[in-house]
Amino acid sequence: MQLSNDEVKRIAKLARLELKEEEIEKFSKQLSDILTHARMLDEVSTDGVEPIAQITGLENISFSDKKKGCEFTDKLLEQTPQSVQDHMIKVKNVF
Amino acid sequence: MINLTIAEAHKGLKSKKFSSTELTQAYLDRIKETDNKLNAYVTVTEEVALKQAKKIDEIGQFSNPLTGIPINLKDIICTEGIKTTACSKILENFTPPYDADVTKRLKDAGVVLLGKTNTDQFAMGSSSETSCFGVTKNPWNLDYVAGGSSGGPTASVIADQTVFAIGTDTGGSIRQPASLCSCVGLKVTYGRVPRYGVISYASSFDTIGPLTKTVEDAAIVLNAIAGHSDNDSTTPDIPVPDYTKSLKEDLKGMTIGVPKEYFEGVEQETIDAINEGIETLKKLGAEIIDVSLPLTKYAIPTYYILVKSEASTNMARYDGIKYGHTSDNAKELLEIYMKSRAEGFGDEVKRTIMLGTYSLSAGYYDAFYLKAAKVRALMKKEYEEVFKKCDVLVTPTSPFPAFKIGEKMEDPLAMYAADTLTVPAGICGLPGLSIPAGFSKNGLPIGMQILANQFKEENLFHVGHAFEKATEWHKKKPKV
Repeated sequence: MQLSNDEVKRIAKLARLELKEEEIEKFSKQLSDILTHARMLDEVSTDGVEPIAQITGLENISFSDKKKGCEFTDKLLEQTPQSVQDHMIKVKNVF
Repeated sequence: MINLTIAEAHKGLKSKKFSSTELTQAYLDRIKETDNKLNAYVTVTEEVALKQAKKIDEIGQFSNPLTGIPINLKDIICTEGIKTTACSKILENFTPPYDADVTKRLKDAGVVLLGKTNTDQFAMGSSSETSCFGVTKNPWNLDYVAGGSSGGPTASVIADQTVFAIGTDTGGSIRQPASLCSCVGLKVTYGRVPRYGVISYASSFDTIGPLTKTVEDAAIVLNAIAGHSDNDSTTPDIPVPDYTKSLKEDLKGMTIGVPKEYFEGVEQETIDAINEGIETLKKLGAEIIDVSLPLTKYAIPTYYILVKSEASTNMARYDGIKYGHTSDNAKELLEIYMKSRAEGFGDEVKRTIMLGTYSLSAGYYDAFYLKAAKVRALMKKEYEEVFKKCDVLVTPTSPFPAFKIGEKMEDPLAMYAADTLTVPAGICGLPGLSIPAGFSKNGLPIGMQILANQFKEENLFHVGHAFEKATEWHKKKPKV
């Protein structure tokens, strides 16, 4: 299957990645090859098979929803490359 | 001193033959002498290491086998106050404010941290070539890759730049470099070791484990790092046995399955080495049976559709806002995301994110992600059935020995194919051990892989240790 340059641009936007023109060409070919190869899974009959993601059979592990102190807050705020105001990270306007 | 195993170093420290400071200094000197050739280390924590060693020598208490032992950690494992970069520009200057569970457990056992080692960016790769700090060379031949993604930790072990190292294995990233470098590499059962503080690649595949010089050393390390953690809900409350008790030297009563599909498409020298290894296991008393795992040929596409999908979600946190690199050229919010990520991520990371985004997107989710998740369920069942007939499987670890640097960089599919024999363990959450089992005609290592059922690491140590004691492969060291 062949991904068009437009499709690659669309996926890149969904993935929040800005790509240069040469990158779009290169990735278009590479992704197309990989996805074509992935179609070989169609050979496997999976009728009635439930998909799996939790591979060791665990179910619904929970913890009690109690308020705990956070020793990290200041250390975490030090990590941001944006500015901090009133103990919050200041970001650019969404709109 | 630098070629000692954990067990040997521990004896020396306990009997005061040498101090932890002397041992640590020996490794720091070795790193200075050799790392410009190998490029295994990203950060060397000389001051921290000597300070830790001094404190340990002052206390003089060596009841724990890991006390005073110098180690390194793959640079996706968080170390408080010490840069943890994932070998990516997006985290080039990231200093975690906390330790990973693995880091904490090893610190509590008294290890000395020599530094952080090189990896494919965000652990995405099979050669360590995608690191923003350059490739780690294979200590057996500097024109060849050390393997990946744990190339740095592995090369450092076989080159005696450390006693042992900690890596991660999602689809082979401990076992494959171990095979390419002639080390012992252990992938644990999914959930045996907590992932808290380890930078995520694929959350239902990632595991953490040791790279060591002997099977015994791997068992000692696993004793220290395994077990439930409240910080990681995927670590079940299954007790941790003393894995060193499984280090027996004969295999009477052990049934070993040899799956024919794992020998298809494998280089002849590798096949010969593994077959010779199987003869050795037979002589040690094991019963060898032929088994079949027909879904093996679907493992690679199943693996990369699932891990790339999970990774695309995990990579969304790198947004130029909370931590890490942010673009200087962004004028509005969307540009912060688009440009920071474009500037910070390498090609394989971008490919990963786009492949995952596509596989999860509307109209393609059923054909790709869901399909792969169903094949995963079928593969899990296939291995459950096979382990009713045998205690372990024995296979080659890698279809070929180390390849030349640059050889597979332009062909992502060829790179993925390097993991053909290691991804099934990731898909099914199984533990696997790679041990030295021979060399190719041009002197490159060949590893043997032992696979066991979930939470049956004891069987890996049993078979691995017996094989090691009956062979000399693990004694060979490269001249660096």
